[in-house]
Amino acid sequence: MTFKYNNVYISEAATVVGPYEFNGPLSKYYDKHYKEFYFGKKTWEEAEVHILKESVELLLKKSKKEINNIDLFISGDLMNQITSSSFTASYLHIPYLGIFSACASSVEGLIIGSNMIENNQIKNCICSVSSHNNAAEKQFRYPVEYGGPKPKTTTFTVTGGASVLISSEKSKIKIESATIGTVQDKGIKNVFAMGAVMAPAFADTLYRHLKDMNRDISYYDLILSGDLGKYGKDIAKEYMKKAYNINLINYDDTACMIYDLDKQPVYSGGSGPACAPLVTYAYIFRLMKERRLKKVLLIATGSLHSTTTVNEKRTIPSIAHAISLEATI
Amino acid sequence: MKNEEYQKLVKKYTPKESRLFNGIVAFIIGGIIGVLGQFLIEFYSKYLEISTKDAGTFMIITLIFIGCLLTCFGFFDKWVNFAKAGLFIPITGFAHSMMSAALDYKKEGLVTGIGASMLKLAGSVIIFGVVSAYVFGIIRLLLFGGNI
Repeated sequence: MTFKYNNVYISEAATVVGPYEFNGPLSKYYDKHYKEFYFGKKTWEEAEVHILKESVELLLKKSKKEINNIDLFISGDLMNQITSSSFTASYLHIPYLGIFSACASSVEGLIIGSNMIENNQIKNCICSVSSHNNAAEKQFRYPVEYGGPKPKTTTFTVTGGASVLISSEKSKIKIESATIGTVQDKGIKNVFAMGAVMAPAFADTLYRHLKDMNRDISYYDLILSGDLGKYGKDIAKEYMKKAYNINLINYDDTACMIYDLDKQPVYSGGSGPACAPLVTYAYIFRLMKERRLKKVLLIATGSLHSTTTVNEKRTIPSIAHAISLEATI
Repeated sequence: MKNEEYQKLVKKYTPKESRLFNGIVAFIIGGIIGVLGQFLIEFYSKYLEISTKDAGTFMIITLIFIGCLLTCFGFFDKWVNFAKAGLFIPITGFAHSMMSAALDYKKEGLVTGIGASMLKLAGSVIIFGVVSAYVFGIIRLLLFGGNI
């Protein structure tokens, strides 16, 4: 399902990151960073709420708006029952929708918000996501200090909060169209190979988007996949060719962009709901504002498993949502 | 594309783990810990004038203490990630698994956190350790009459 928008714009964005992201190649583009994982809080879960809340506060400050001028807050994260988002919303006192598509949550939020703005139900809204490496490790994998050995295909959960303000007021970046993805399951069970899990969802959403909009892949200056990682990226390229006969060109993966894969101990790249938006909001928006990129398609991918389904040896379904961004200048 | 075909594609792009290298590293590091343990046994039995059996217990306690302490200092996880089985198969790894879980869950309370979750990793080692000791005990009893 693809929507076209005529009056939805990106007003402003704010990003806050942890130490690994700051040590990565995009360090100078983030608004704020921390050197450790607690951010002055007692637990990692509290720290994640803090980083998310701070990204919202920074966003308000950057866009010179009061929280009361915002119609809606949409947010998602990885913690059980999306507590990081809901706890952040409890400080904001404005209407709130909590969403979950794992690492595709950012684009899901943008699509919901864009549709409401396009239909004049709201004037503006803040879409946020967060993830925290240690909090996610603790919930999904081994205790953090255990440092259990992991295969090379593992991705490293990004620590960060990313918020964006979208509104009907004209700006330099327009949200042009969006595609809601379908859930794909190709029978992969390996939770340490999430790129392989999510590549089919990415390919399917990309194919549907191009078909619905009647576009060739060369229409876009850059196509970004959410967080497939180094190996997932290769799988996506070959799968796209074999299953849909489309050559992936002008393509990159945010999981590979956020870290220096050769120097940082992050296995095959970043992951987590904050991975795709951190790269997009901090870096890609900058390039678009500088007119170095005009048309960008962001396809965030999410792996829809829980620790229980993994332990029960169920296959892992995945989702991908696409949003098309255009520089208006 | 059929699922089987896709899984073949995935396999093509799955990098090989360096098993031989990991095995050699684990062998050397595990071996060093073994040598350290033997040294401690000799040391205790000579200077504390106790039996080798008692010195063995002293050695285990010492290694567990060192393992836990290194976990708390926060860099043992990086060593485990490098040495892999060389560090988590010896008794140091057992202590490390309990200590790291306890550190993660201490903020969720003494009973609901540490108490409930400390054995998250080590629990299965204990359970299956006890079960296999039981099974092998019976086998030994049946084969050798339990006199060895």
